[in-house]
Amino acid sequence: MTAYEPHFPHDAHGHGHEHHHDTSGIKLFGFWVYLMTDLLIFATVFATFAVLSNSFAGGPTAKEMLGGGLHLVLVETFALLFSSITYGMAMLATYRGDKGAVLRWLGITFLFGVSFISIELYEFRHLIHEGAGPQVSAYWSAFFTLVGTHGLHVSAGLLWMLVLMFQVGSRGLTDTNKTRVGLLSLFWHFLDVVWICVFTVVYLMGVL
Amino acid sequence: MFGKLTLDAIPYHEPIIMITLAIVALGGLGLFAAVTYFKKWGYLWKEWLTSVDHKKIGVMYILVALVMLVRGFADAIMMRTHLAMAHGDGQGYLPPEHYDQIFTAHGIIMLIFVAMPLVTGLMNIVVPLQIGARDVAFPYLNSLSFWLFVGGALLINLSLGLGEFAKTGWVAYPPLSGIQYSPGVGMDYYIWSMQLSGLGTTLTGVNFIATILKMRAPGMSLMKMPIFTWTILVTCVLICGAFPPLTATLAMLSLDRYLDFHFFTNELGGNPMMYANLFWIWGHPEVYILILPAFGVFSEVVATFSRKTLFGYASMVWATAAIGVLSFVVWLHHFFTMGSGASVNAFFGIMTSIIAIPTGVKIFTWLFTIFRGRLQLNAMTWMTLGFLVTFSIGGMTGVLMAVPAADFVLHNSLFLIAHFHNVIIGGAVFGYLAGIIYWFPKAFGFKLLDRFGRYSFWCWLLGFYFAFMPLYVLGFMGMTRRLNHFDNPAWVPWVQVAVVGAVLIGIGIVFTVVQFVTSYIKRKENRDVSGDPWDGRTLEWATSSPPPFYNFAVIPTADKIDAFYEAKKNGVELMPAPEHYEPIHMPKNTGNGLVVSAFVIAFGFAMIWHIWWLAIVGLVGAVVSFIVRSYDEDIDYYVQPEEIARIEQAHHQTKANAVVQA
Repeated sequence: MTAYEPHFPHDAHGHGHEHHHDTSGIKLFGFWVYLMTDLLIFATVFATFAVLSNSFAGGPTAKEMLGGGLHLVLVETFALLFSSITYGMAMLATYRGDKGAVLRWLGITFLFGVSFISIELYEFRHLIHEGAGPQVSAYWSAFFTLVGTHGLHVSAGLLWMLVLMFQVGSRGLTDTNKTRVGLLSLFWHFLDVVWICVFTVVYLMGVL
Repeated sequence: MFGKLTLDAIPYHEPIIMITLAIVALGGLGLFAAVTYFKKWGYLWKEWLTSVDHKKIGVMYILVALVMLVRGFADAIMMRTHLAMAHGDGQGYLPPEHYDQIFTAHGIIMLIFVAMPLVTGLMNIVVPLQIGARDVAFPYLNSLSFWLFVGGALLINLSLGLGEFAKTGWVAYPPLSGIQYSPGVGMDYYIWSMQLSGLGTTLTGVNFIATILKMRAPGMSLMKMPIFTWTILVTCVLICGAFPPLTATLAMLSLDRYLDFHFFTNELGGNPMMYANLFWIWGHPEVYILILPAFGVFSEVVATFSRKTLFGYASMVWATAAIGVLSFVVWLHHFFTMGSGASVNAFFGIMTSIIAIPTGVKIFTWLFTIFRGRLQLNAMTWMTLGFLVTFSIGGMTGVLMAVPAADFVLHNSLFLIAHFHNVIIGGAVFGYLAGIIYWFPKAFGFKLLDRFGRYSFWCWLLGFYFAFMPLYVLGFMGMTRRLNHFDNPAWVPWVQVAVVGAVLIGIGIVFTVVQFVTSYIKRKENRDVSGDPWDGRTLEWATSSPPPFYNFAVIPTADKIDAFYEAKKNGVELMPAPEHYEPIHMPKNTGNGLVVSAFVIAFGFAMIWHIWWLAIVGLVGAVVSFIVRSYDEDIDYYVQPEEIARIEQAHHQTKANAVVQA
């Protein structure tokens, strides 16, 4: 668990005071609480998806549309899983204070994230093209909303990562930036965990 | 260019609305002129609008809440007077489509824009002081929460003069709230005003959980926290548990309305009953979010004015936590009649009845605190006594309706309306009013005149009984809620008595305003120089009134329940003035929260009226201004020891002068 609660040294002397403020600790804690609220948004959408999981209204079923094979989704999933590993490398580089390595690993994570989103958008386009758009039935409404809510989060994470890379690049690994790398790390791994559930509930159970 | 928005959106043909708008416009102009004339814009901007000081944000929350209370009450008195005329041949004065908007707006305004900001306002003012902290965990986020809430309030008020409000009742069940049956913008006003303020509330919940768990004074373990702080902690956990489902549910309803999705539609597999479940998964914890802080206020008031430590501190804490947990497993009692089956109904009926146990524990805890205490009678304790009696009645009618078989008779009747007004007025409102009087001297440095508080209490109390006891009777007689017109002559006298009650409550509100005005005029006589006007027990009374912006020059130690009272009793100085003050780390004011919120408001408004370009501008603007803020690292500063010494000495000087004069 230590990796999740990094306590960075503060440059308290920069202020010329002995005062120690554990702001990064409070921020990490507050962010955890925020993540739990976000988790409940996912929980609500998951519950909705479960209720509507057979509401095809005579239209295309999940098995018909997804049953052809999950190859692409598997690639997508591994892109996200690998991005968690590479983010972990960025975290390790942050602890070492190696700015160049942090930027490199964040860059690689970013590319993995972008490929995840690209594959997801391709899949959406494909499904809509094949006549399984979100307006077709309650099931597909819930499908697009659940997968899309996760995708929206990943996109927000990517925007955050981009801004953070610029900030680390121009200002270096300051206390503030170190804390932010830690917070985004929490967010990114959180989305990974949620995706495992999406993959299981939506895709695996969908083709069974 | 302007989507669905045309000049026809202004309801010219509705004289009631046009007159209201004229009054609001004149009042607004008058206020604008006054601020300009007295050259207060700079002061307002620097000291209030951009403030990240939790005390000022709290005051602003309460101010907005009281203004919205007037609007919510205007809706109430219109409904009551209309209904007293609209029977038999009488048609009343409100056409059905207007009446439907009024009862929807009344519900949303009173819950989301009056009760919620009163809770948030009180917790902002009090909690950091009670735990000996200098601010909340995330001061900028706090300012953003407030401005998001203001955004929601702004949108719901816009709906009065631009377009319409929802006609669905405050629960907005689909398919009625779907696009097919509510094609107008009213439902969209509902959705976006709820979403904005809901987001603000969730962030407040996160903020105060972090504040309470991470920033308590040394020595203050969880079981030594003041009870009000405990109730706020549980409230914030409920906020974080309940508001995200609401956000998700309203987002799904929006997808149905805007993009033709089928979550809650009748056709293509949608399930409207799922909305009822999701809505009440938020809705039931929400009522405990409203009542728990009031319980906290009563606990503080009872202990302070009985001159005793609260009886059964630990059981009070556990009862609060138990209510918090149980509040998540009772939601289905709002729709026993939907047909979930006997076993499901029985489970939720039993869970609902069980909530009466911890609530009963609390009632006895307060009673035993008063017992053999020396209860001092003032507006606050009168409200507590009124609450104990009235809330018990409301609780019992609630337990009655928790029995599914009884609920089949009473569901959606006026009995239900009487029940929840009974617990909200007789519980939450009395608590907030008592809390405002109790902590007013802390926030402003002078006490409110007690006499007008007592007048206000009696008006509210009698007004409540006159307005809602007839509704219990009408419920048994078969009258349902949301009726625009009725034909049963037997109901008429009861409906007319209810008008008397509403008028009495109106007088109660007037007395509260009178109380503020006269107390302000006589503020010199009622100054609180000591910082401890009630012989208080908890840390907020240890600092001056109003507290310096940094709250405490020295962080107090609180290793006992009622640490401040114990220190006074033992003649110990809780915060001895040191030879040299340490520099204090404080956040800088920022207008960024206001700017972000302004873009979000533009986004919400654009979504309501389908002005897509403005929606994009609003969303991008909000994100960009948030990122701009992340580049600003000049967000805090240190208050220097000399300044602290100057402020503290001034306070000690006034205190000493007061002693000499006495």
